[in-house]
Amino acid sequence: MKNLIEINKLTFKRNNRAIFNNVDLFIPKGKVTAIMGPSGTGKTTLLRLIGGQLAPANGSIKVAGQEVPTLSRNGLYNLRKRMGMLFQTGGLFTHLSVFENVAFPLREHTQLSNAMIRSLVLMKLEMVGLRGARDLMPSELSGGMARRVALARAIALDPELIMYDEPFSGQDPISMGVLVKLIRSLNDALGLTTVIVSHDVQETLSIADYVYVISDGGVIGEGDGGAITQGQSPQLQQFLHGLPDGPVPFHYPANTLKNDLLAEGDA
Amino acid sequence: MINQVEALGRLGIDVIRKYGKAGILLYGAIFRVPNFRKGFALVVQQIFAEGVLSLLIIMVSALFIGMVVALQGYHTLSKFGASQQLGPLVALSVARELGPVVTALLFAGRAGSALAAEIGLMKATDQLSSMEMMAVDPLQRVIAPRFWGGFISMPLLTIIFNIVAIYGAYLVGVKWLGMDAGAFWSNMQSSVEFHADILNGIYKSVVFGVVVTWIALYQGYDAVPTSAGIANATTRTVVYSSLAVLGLDFVLTAMMIGEW
Amino acid sequence: MLSQRIIETLVGIFLLAAILALITLAFKVSGLTTFFKQEGYNITASFDDIGQLKVRGSVKIGGVTVGEVTKIAIDPSTYKAVVTLRINSTVKDIPVDSSASILTAGLLGDNYIAITPMYSKDFLKDNDEIEETHSAMILEKLIGQFLFSIGHSNDKNSDTAEKGAKQ
Repeated sequence: MKNLIEINKLTFKRNNRAIFNNVDLFIPKGKVTAIMGPSGTGKTTLLRLIGGQLAPANGSIKVAGQEVPTLSRNGLYNLRKRMGMLFQTGGLFTHLSVFENVAFPLREHTQLSNAMIRSLVLMKLEMVGLRGARDLMPSELSGGMARRVALARAIALDPELIMYDEPFSGQDPISMGVLVKLIRSLNDALGLTTVIVSHDVQETLSIADYVYVISDGGVIGEGDGGAITQGQSPQLQQFLHGLPDGPVPFHYPANTLKNDLLAEGDA
Repeated sequence: MINQVEALGRLGIDVIRKYGKAGILLYGAIFRVPNFRKGFALVVQQIFAEGVLSLLIIMVSALFIGMVVALQGYHTLSKFGASQQLGPLVALSVARELGPVVTALLFAGRAGSALAAEIGLMKATDQLSSMEMMAVDPLQRVIAPRFWGGFISMPLLTIIFNIVAIYGAYLVGVKWLGMDAGAFWSNMQSSVEFHADILNGIYKSVVFGVVVTWIALYQGYDAVPTSAGIANATTRTVVYSSLAVLGLDFVLTAMMIGEW
Repeated sequence: MLSQRIIETLVGIFLLAAILALITLAFKVSGLTTFFKQEGYNITASFDDIGQLKVRGSVKIGGVTVGEVTKIAIDPSTYKAVVTLRINSTVKDIPVDSSASILTAGLLGDNYIAITPMYSKDFLKDNDEIEETHSAMILEKLIGQFLFSIGHSNDKNSDTAEKGAKQ
């Protein structure tokens, strides 16, 4: 099995706090890989590092054999044409209709005729089930529909890799089901490599071929869905079962309550 | 003490960094122009958004400013028996100062704040990031056309402001106060110089166009991607660009009078 | 959202309006005529003192503008100011014995040249010179003359003062 993305000894710091510390991660080609972890552990940051929007302090990030942090501007832009990314909010262009949103990457990067672009856009919209919504503006779409349109836009250029940032957060059960089905079927039908970043345990486990759980700057568990749920690490158990207290404490670090209450004078 | 020195130093470095970032933005906007055919359509759209949509407020303000300058000027001049000089008074003050400065201030309020809000919103809703991930450079696709739109719109708006303000003065001076139309125009013509007065005013407006658009774009691009951040960015756009316009106006006027 | 075609049309109108406005500013407001020479002919006149007369000052007959000053030079041999006037071609028949004087519009106004026509049957042609000229009235000089005449005419004191006041 060949890996599309290979991350070795990655270190990334923000304001002197290490978000990642010597992380190794491998994303196999043609599979759905999920990266899970509590909020604030830098899951979105990881996607931006892969996309070259951020530069790591140390380590190597190879996408399709190319070392992302050292690529030139042109090299990076050429690589990005082979990636699609779905942002948490969708990131649709608010001044363009659904149709024009999906057509945008085609118009920017190809010299296709209008008729050709029209057919391609309608095909992509058909895949996400929104061909009928092509004349709506993004403000008229529900959150789930906006994500599906963004998905159609992300696959417009037929990328090899598609990355989802929190695709399930804030969705009702129906949209969630639709998205789960779409992500899986697009991966299989188009032969994509999929990376999902999420903290929705059940949905993510149901479609992922391989799962990484990250917390505290490092990988705390990896394996296929079964191996992860069997994992013995207390951090992993707390995250998977949503326990309120555990290795991640309920209390934000502070003095003892007694000391704080007695020290009322010096606020 | 050491802490305060450190804070001051940090502030200084932050300020310099901001100028650096703004400089890079301007550089990108000017030199990363998209290919001509696509870029042209985008710039036309921006001339529409920044220029044509500002036209109404510019023209209405110009009419009133011209009328009020004429009214004030007429009463002051007639004390010296020089009310015949109303034409030159209005034309010179409008062409040299009021035209470029008031247009720039109105432009900052109308188009500048809209630009900052639009770009801040695009940033907050990940539109700029998704553009980057689609291998489209936001500097080229979003910032550059807006910059050139402002650069082109501002002098055009100033020219229109000038003509409307002078027409307003004509209405008050000739139609209302009963001055002789021939004297109004001929006195104006003999004291207004095309290069020294009218062209210099337009040069000023080009500089203001660059500065106001630049400030608006930078504030939007650098905004904190939240609602409060966007609100801040629009406020700062109006405040900073108004100050910059008034300060630069003094510098430019001094340069022009000093036969630069 | 307006279509691109409408936007382009509106922007086109905006551009055209601005260009028209600029042309109006150039010709109606600043009287820029150097690009298009108006039809007309030149005549010259020499003055001892032109006061504040400037290039592009107007030339009037009976208060009506008929041309403008196009050039002011000094004649190095006579030390007189040679003023070139361009008269509109519609005003053809200015008698050769007419006189030119430099007057001021109002108290604070610009100087202009007034031509007073006389009765000759010969008319001025291109590059002719007006012989009869009156220099600008310079306020300082008038006051100087006035004070001088008071100091040197003890017997007609009140008379001169009256004259001065009338001037």
